Amino acid sequence: MSSRARKVNILEHELVPQHILLSEEEAKRILKRMGISKMQLPWMLASDPVAKALGAKPGDVVMILRKSPTAGVAVAFRYVVRG
Amino acid sequence: MAFQFEETKTIGGVKFGVLSPDLIRALSVTQIVIPETYDEEGMPIRGGPMDRRLGTVEPGVRCETCGNYVSLCPGHFGHVELARPVVHPLFAKHIHMLLRATCRVCGRLLLPEEEIEKARRMAKRLEARWPLLKYKYGESVAKKAAKVTVCPHCQAQQYKIRFEKPYTFYEEREGGAVTLRPTEIRDRLERIPDKDLEALGLDPQSARPEWMVLTVLPVPPITVRPTITLETGMRSEDDITHKLVDLLRINQRLKESIEEGAPQLVIDDLWSLLQYHVATLFDNELPGIPPARHRSGRPLRTIAQRLRGKEGRFRGSLAGKRVDFSARTVVSPDPRLSINEVGVPIEVAKVLVVPEKVTPWNLEEMRELVRRGPLEYPGANYIVRPDGARIDLRFVKDRDAIAEALKPGYIVERHLRDGDIVLFNRQPSLHRMSIMAHRVKVLPYRTFRLNLLVCPPYNADFDGDEMNLHVPQSEEARAEAATLMLVQEQILSPRYGAPIIGGLHDYVTGAYLLTKKGTLLDRKRFAQLVMEAGYEGGLPEPAVLKPGPYWTGKQLVGLLLRKDFNFEGKASICRKCGTCVKELCPYDAYVVVRNGELMVGALDKNTVASQVPRTLLHEYVRRYGSDAGRELLDGLYKVFIAYLDLYGFTMGLDSLDVPPTVEREVAAIMSAAEKEVEELVKKAERGELEPLPGRTLEDTLEQRILEVLSRARDRAGEAAGRILGMLKEAVIMARTGARANMLNITQMVAVLGQQSLRGERIKRGFTGRVLPHFKWGDIGPRARGFVYSCFKKGLKPTEFFFHAMAGREGLVDTAVRTAQSGYMYRRLANALQDFHVAYDGSVRTSEGFIVQFRYGEDGVDPAKSDHGEPVNVDEVIKEVIAERGG
Repeated sequence: MSSRARKVNILEHELVPQHILLSEEEAKRILKRMGISKMQLPWMLASDPVAKALGAKPGDVVMILRKSPTAGVAVAFRYVVRG
Repeated sequence: MAFQFEETKTIGGVKFGVLSPDLIRALSVTQIVIPETYDEEGMPIRGGPMDRRLGTVEPGVRCETCGNYVSLCPGHFGHVELARPVVHPLFAKHIHMLLRATCRVCGRLLLPEEEIEKARRMAKRLEARWPLLKYKYGESVAKKAAKVTVCPHCQAQQYKIRFEKPYTFYEEREGGAVTLRPTEIRDRLERIPDKDLEALGLDPQSARPEWMVLTVLPVPPITVRPTITLETGMRSEDDITHKLVDLLRINQRLKESIEEGAPQLVIDDLWSLLQYHVATLFDNELPGIPPARHRSGRPLRTIAQRLRGKEGRFRGSLAGKRVDFSARTVVSPDPRLSINEVGVPIEVAKVLVVPEKVTPWNLEEMRELVRRGPLEYPGANYIVRPDGARIDLRFVKDRDAIAEALKPGYIVERHLRDGDIVLFNRQPSLHRMSIMAHRVKVLPYRTFRLNLLVCPPYNADFDGDEMNLHVPQSEEARAEAATLMLVQEQILSPRYGAPIIGGLHDYVTGAYLLTKKGTLLDRKRFAQLVMEAGYEGGLPEPAVLKPGPYWTGKQLVGLLLRKDFNFEGKASICRKCGTCVKELCPYDAYVVVRNGELMVGALDKNTVASQVPRTLLHEYVRRYGSDAGRELLDGLYKVFIAYLDLYGFTMGLDSLDVPPTVEREVAAIMSAAEKEVEELVKKAERGELEPLPGRTLEDTLEQRILEVLSRARDRAGEAAGRILGMLKEAVIMARTGARANMLNITQMVAVLGQQSLRGERIKRGFTGRVLPHFKWGDIGPRARGFVYSCFKKGLKPTEFFFHAMAGREGLVDTAVRTAQSGYMYRRLANALQDFHVAYDGSVRTSEGFIVQFRYGEDGVDPAKSDHGEPVNVDEVIKEVIAERGG
């Protein structure tokens, strides 16, 4: 077996919550709703395995949907930074 | 408002370095030479340590450097040219390291060129990612270099450098140890090339090592060491000024001696004296040298002493602050106060003031307060005129005239009086409930009084606890305190979904005794109790008519609950039977409230106590709000303790009396258990004991012995408990959850049980046995800390010793645990203190950064939640069915 075939798509792992790369317009809309700049979002490194798998570049905004026992689905956002 | 974050200028970092002589001179406004402060006329001497150019601290005097008055002049540094260089005592360690690591002749680092180059590259790399590691790495390089005895660059022989605290260096040559003078040290440090310093993790741009040997000394501005003028007109100088005068005197003498060509011995003496003065100027608590003293014999408080320690600048002035309008004294209980009130001693009320604006409506009242003045109780201490002038009523002769002059627009600072809002606090303030707003009730005597029900949020008791009181001074502050911080608003804790204010101890006992089956009250008693709660309506129909009108305690509770209140729940006295028959419970342990009437069930811990979720109190406050909650706590709860008084509840030795048959039964159980243990031990010795999975044979044996003994104790407890019914006071307290539990009663009447250290049977002590009273190798219950006696009968000496051992472990554990968890909590609280929940429900930092997109992921307020859950579906369904009349 080659190493390529053995590679796992981490986005499909059950412990990895759903990550969605947002378009520029979507990101703008969400930031406007919260009244903040991108910098004020929690950060995520571009070298983060999930960011790599998504193909997110510094400056992008990623939406994360997490299952939560109390809230059902918890929505969070990350600002991708260099690193 | 959180300010909008913009990517403009951010602080990249802070860097510390060493001041160079050139920089010290450049910072200085003048050289200081004369060791005198003032001349005969009291004018500061130019060129002395109080030179006017160093800034001004006297009002009305302009600074000769910046031209500003006191309030604007920041102060300016001067400098002293030291006649001879001296070692900076706080850098002595670094100097020692550098002297050892470098060549005494050529100044190179004592390592081959390649290694120096390698270390430099390593230091550079570390700097980029782990700046702190760079210094550690530098140290390791220095350590390696210090071992070299021949310089790899100039082949010069190296000697060992001995450092004697705090600032003396010796070089141990063949002929013996030679003292290194600061001049020699400085020369050697100067010779070290920049490149080699980088290999040691130092930055030659901001910290050349020769700067650690002082040739020029900065003189701190006068603003740092102001003259204090006493009321007698006497002037007194700051300790640092005194130190500078001493230093300048020696410096001058040294300079003169050198110029006169005095013998080397004299010069060396003065030199070391100068070194001493410089060292003590920086730090007067250096080990190995006597502290410099004031004329009175008091050690001088120099620079390091100002910064260091609990009273120092960091912990004392920057991290801790003091406030006006506050009071502190011992607290004591007063069950007749409302939970919203705090009893304030008159003496305190006469000092703490509330500013009140004079209006046409309160003019006469304010005039009366002013007339009464600062000494009579409801009076006033100050008046503030509209032009801002303050009049101190202590020094006003004719207060009547002043009172007449009072007009709307004036402010009267009147004494604290009943109904004023104040903040009340007990340290440690770990909670938001550690500071709550109370309404003042001015009382005689000298302690703060508080209602017993607010002890849990403050974690207060009355064994000498002191508490603080603060008086808000603005209308906004008072309004905010009254609406947000008032005690009644804090009944439900945000820490866990349960009330934190509620009954404890006697309240629980009283509630049970009042509401248990068979409590009958005649008209007089019923009326008296109901009066305690402030009830003013009529009496209900008596529950018993013959032999006379009697009312039940349950009826009394019903009078004080709202008429549409419904509640159902298990009481603490519940026996946990297999199937619950609910309202038909024979022990009266199922509480049902229908339409504000207590139908069945006795109230106890699970209905009235604090820190228990889903109690009657909890549901009541959730349903009707804080005002109703306060009414309940001020009314019904007062009845509980009033009834306890009436009942005459007391626990004596007789509540632990058991018949001899039970004693024999307990003894039989214990001897059976002892035999069982003996069997186990024998079995283990014969190797017949099957080890439990994952355990050794010894572990298994220990485990089994513990099991047998604890089972035996439980059975003994049951045997005793069967006899002690709900008539015994001790059992009432344990069962209702007021205090203690059934285990404690077992320990008093049956057996104390196994004493343990670190969760194991006690086994440390003498060789092969814990105490000399036992045989070697005895691992029976008695020899390993099992106590057969009970507290009532008393312990045997060995048992007592085991008990003391276990007791001591408990004490040590709590001491250690509180210290550790306290520090952990402090770090957490400091890290989180500026976060807030924004209006959109997100958690943000003070700069507007988002921490959580929704508070706690679900946005639920824990104080309004059902023990953490947003809604209790079962309860909602029940309510709906009840409404539909199902």
